[in-house]
Amino acid sequence: MTTATLSRWDRFRESFLWYSFKRDKVAIASFVVLVLMVLAAIFAPLLAPADPYDLAQINIMNSELPPVGLDGSDPAFPLGTDAQGRDLLSTILYGTRVSLLIGFGAVLLQAALGILFGLLAGYLGGRVDSILMRIADVQLSFSTLMVAIIVGAVFKASFGNLMFGEIAIYMLIFIIGVSEWPQIARTVRASVLAEKKKEYVDAAKVMGFRTGRIMFRHILPNTLSPIFVIATVQIANAIISEAALSFLGLGMPETQPSLGSLIKSGFDYIQSGSWWITLIPGLVLVVLVLVINLLGDWLRDVMNPRLYKG
Amino acid sequence: MLAFLVQRISQAVLVMFVISVIAFAIQDGLGDPLQQMVGMSVSQEEREAIRDEMGLNDPLVVQYLKFAGNALQGDLGTSYFYGKPTLDVILEHLPATLELVIGASLIILVFSVPIGVYAAIRPQAWLSKFFMGVSTVGISIPVFLTAIVLIQLFSIGVTVDWFPEDAGWGQWLNAALSTEGGLPSYGRGDELTPLFGTWNSGFFSQGGILHLVLPSISLASIMLPLFIRLIRAEMMEVLQSDYIRYARAKGLSSARINFLHALKNTMLPVITVGGVQIGIMVAYTILTETVFQWPGVGLMFLEAITRSDIPLIVAYLMVVGLIFVITNTVVDLIYGLVNPTVKLTGKKA
Repeated sequence: MTTATLSRWDRFRESFLWYSFKRDKVAIASFVVLVLMVLAAIFAPLLAPADPYDLAQINIMNSELPPVGLDGSDPAFPLGTDAQGRDLLSTILYGTRVSLLIGFGAVLLQAALGILFGLLAGYLGGRVDSILMRIADVQLSFSTLMVAIIVGAVFKASFGNLMFGEIAIYMLIFIIGVSEWPQIARTVRASVLAEKKKEYVDAAKVMGFRTGRIMFRHILPNTLSPIFVIATVQIANAIISEAALSFLGLGMPETQPSLGSLIKSGFDYIQSGSWWITLIPGLVLVVLVLVINLLGDWLRDVMNPRLYKG
Repeated sequence: MLAFLVQRISQAVLVMFVISVIAFAIQDGLGDPLQQMVGMSVSQEEREAIRDEMGLNDPLVVQYLKFAGNALQGDLGTSYFYGKPTLDVILEHLPATLELVIGASLIILVFSVPIGVYAAIRPQAWLSKFFMGVSTVGISIPVFLTAIVLIQLFSIGVTVDWFPEDAGWGQWLNAALSTEGGLPSYGRGDELTPLFGTWNSGFFSQGGILHLVLPSISLASIMLPLFIRLIRAEMMEVLQSDYIRYARAKGLSSARINFLHALKNTMLPVITVGGVQIGIMVAYTILTETVFQWPGVGLMFLEAITRSDIPLIVAYLMVVGLIFVITNTVVDLIYGLVNPTVKLTGKKA
């Protein structure tokens, strides 16, 4: 078993992926920043000076303190506090955790849906293909954000505020996953169409394998690299969608904030001069999305040689 | 061509049918109109009688047909909050949103074409690389965050005092980095010019235009990077084509080649894709209008959600659905007209 993992590691070290990663400074920098942010989010309970979910630790007298370096700041709160007196650094760490969780969860869901529907449409063809792709076209023409806002609005109206707040994470994963599946389904379908003409598929058919086995065991592994590229960009999109929904009040409640709901709660106080409550989480969100997008760009260039830029 | 026309239009009708079914399902699943109308004191028998009378006990298909029939006649129910027909409420709010979209489109048009063309003609110039870098960053900034930053900079204003005030350069840097503020960040102002019907325009007064500035820039910020990339990509493809090479061989001036021959063929796909993107902008107006309290349909929709004003939510879905379907169909038809090689979907190859 150990030899198998070792050889896989060796193979990775000799791959083109690793070679081009080593030579691309932007990719390395983005990757380092992303890993740091993910680690900070995972270990938020250990790193954060305070627990923003614990009401006993919050003192309203500490509300709207500015970050260290400005007049009236308190060294106990390095990035200042929000309007409820929560330590902003801690809420941002926990908020990044929520945003990343929803981003990854939503992409897992849309990848599952997209791979299933894309494989079915591409391999079976005919009526299945035209119905599924029609639905995908229509959904895309409405823009995924619009679909997510409408589904979110309907869910919120039917569950009520309190109930929605409790299950908000799962709701958001579901809403964003369902509203963005066409992107992945289209990519999968396109590569399945190319793959299914190849000889190994004919061979598998001649050997009498079942359709399901050919689709998932033989064709799917060969379509993974475009899925990987688009899934990376989709994580960034999912995080932005989540932030937008939360900003509109259709997402995470303020008691369990994501980066989007932090920006929203801070926006109410921007006119009184407390810019840091909204702009610092905003900056974190932009950096997070930017590094994921840059990594996605790099992956696309490496994995899809046809798109090599001049 | 006729087959193409019929196919596209029947597809549009089908999509509109699906939207109306979804809207009907939302109306049916979310609201009990009886509860909104009668109090607690009404007995169970009386409730049933009223339900029968209102047709709420009819089979779902009959209820849907009634809903669709009313919708076709322009009757989408009455808003709980405004106490007016929902379509009137939407028509009152629509001009504000349209002006926002027009303002943003103007900004996109003015900036995306020169930048995109420049980046295509000189892909290696540092200015092109700068623009492409900025547009990558621009895609990563959510529209509401751009709006908030704009409000902080140009409405509230920023005073910078990081540099020593006694040195000349420090004073200059402080002044250069500080912003004045003062631009309106709330609503449309009160200097609106009535045009026709419910359309009060902000384009004809200084106050109205000042109110438009920040919201339009915010809305444009999300689409501008996409358009710059699109124009650049299309233009670079056109510049590779044979007829451009022929024009060069013939000795035409590069300005004539770039702007007369290449740009003309670049703009065709840009206009069709652009048409769809303008439709997608409707989704972003919800965010922009929320930040700026802009009294358009996006803000109206969001308020309808918080007020559980179900008829208004349903009417908004129908109207926005119709706008999407019409823009997409028209764009498809134009594309089919100017580019006859477009493949008819559904036709066996």
